Amino acid sequence: MDDRAWVATRKGLFELRRSGASGGKWAIAHVSFLGEPVSMLLAPQPSGRMLAALNLGHFGAKLHASDDGGRSWQEVGVPTYPTQPEGAEGAPWKLVLIWSLEAAGKTLWAGTLPGGLFRSDDGAASWQLIDSLWQRPERLEWFGGGYDVPGIHSICPHPQRPGEVLLGISCGGAWITADDGANWALRAKGMRAAFMPPERADDQNIQDPHLIVRCAARPEVLWCQHHNGIFRSTDNGASWHEITSAPLSSFGFAVAVHPGDPDSAWFAPAIADQTRVPVDGALVVNRTRDGGRSFETLRDGLPQRDCYDLVYRHGLVVGADGRALLMGSTTGQLWASDDGGESWTTVAAHLPPIHALRFG
Amino acid sequence: MARIEFTPQLRRFTETPAIETGAATLRAALEDAFAANPRLRGYVLDDQAHLRANVVVFIDGQRCRDRVALDDGLRADSRIHVMQALSGG
Repeated sequence: MDDRAWVATRKGLFELRRSGASGGKWAIAHVSFLGEPVSMLLAPQPSGRMLAALNLGHFGAKLHASDDGGRSWQEVGVPTYPTQPEGAEGAPWKLVLIWSLEAAGKTLWAGTLPGGLFRSDDGAASWQLIDSLWQRPERLEWFGGGYDVPGIHSICPHPQRPGEVLLGISCGGAWITADDGANWALRAKGMRAAFMPPERADDQNIQDPHLIVRCAARPEVLWCQHHNGIFRSTDNGASWHEITSAPLSSFGFAVAVHPGDPDSAWFAPAIADQTRVPVDGALVVNRTRDGGRSFETLRDGLPQRDCYDLVYRHGLVVGADGRALLMGSTTGQLWASDDGGESWTTVAAHLPPIHALRFG
Repeated sequence: MARIEFTPQLRRFTETPAIETGAATLRAALEDAFAANPRLRGYVLDDQAHLRANVVVFIDGQRCRDRVALDDGLRADSRIHVMQALSGG
């Protein structure tokens, strides 16, 4: 059972621990970077190293590493864009935000605004821009989703095929490499963009997948909470199928997939893109256990009146056992479940806005 | 000698030594400071070596004119203050 988790917030990084030996309630055990915006974290790796991405409003995005579980930190290299050629089109070649961090073996991946993917092979001491993606002409068609510039929020390494990674980009669709980043191909066929003119609704390169997650045990199965609904792929992203059976609303940002069961996934719906609050002021989690053919709406322990919390894309995660869940909102509430979402308890009600949650 | 000082707010993140410099331009003066603490560069300048959007530099009480070239001239006794623009909540 997972007994440690991390909460990256607008004003600090919070470590959660369970009380007692195992299975106890979550409680805040430690705070790092109090007052500073933490945009993303990488939980401790087998080496012991963990990362925290800061978004210092005045002084830029920074990256810090800890080798002792967050008790001490040192600043490490930060992804830096190369010199922008004269007349280069598109967003300025300037790091805005580190939006995603993932590890695949000893390779670390960082997804950023304005849309660059970086890798580190030295434990985050230095980072290299993946030029093969950055130089794709399609990148100039990408645009911001929630930010002024496009960004990479989802990095899904293939757990069985080293060098294969699938990305989710808002708004730039989904992309895959099978050769460790040397070549890239679009992977968003079947997604649908209602925010575009009809003739471009199916354009793979401008889709807005809010988050893409991969089933660890069945990595060919991917789930996507998209700006315009819920999509699922059972062929490693080669094709996506829209799922329209979710109750209340198919709009939202977050999705979590059961690590051992590709048919089980959780969503945190909001009314619609123009009204990003829970339906009827009642926070719920929609869960499917049959690949999206049907859903249950889970409410036990979640606020059911006067609730206007939004769960952002990195604010809903499931543990390795497929039963422990954490969910945090942009108004700073944090809930936990130990029964696959059947029931929830409040971990903290007054945290800063929650950017990201991670077990580990 | 011109003197360059950094906002105390930066001390939370990195060392901010006060630098005496004979530099003739703002950029050259900043480079002298970055030589003393290379980490400081990324807090003041962005990826393209432009002044960060929410950092402001005053030279003898006047806001610097060019945030890209940073070619404002310095006097021998100039006082340079690298500050943060107020923002946030």
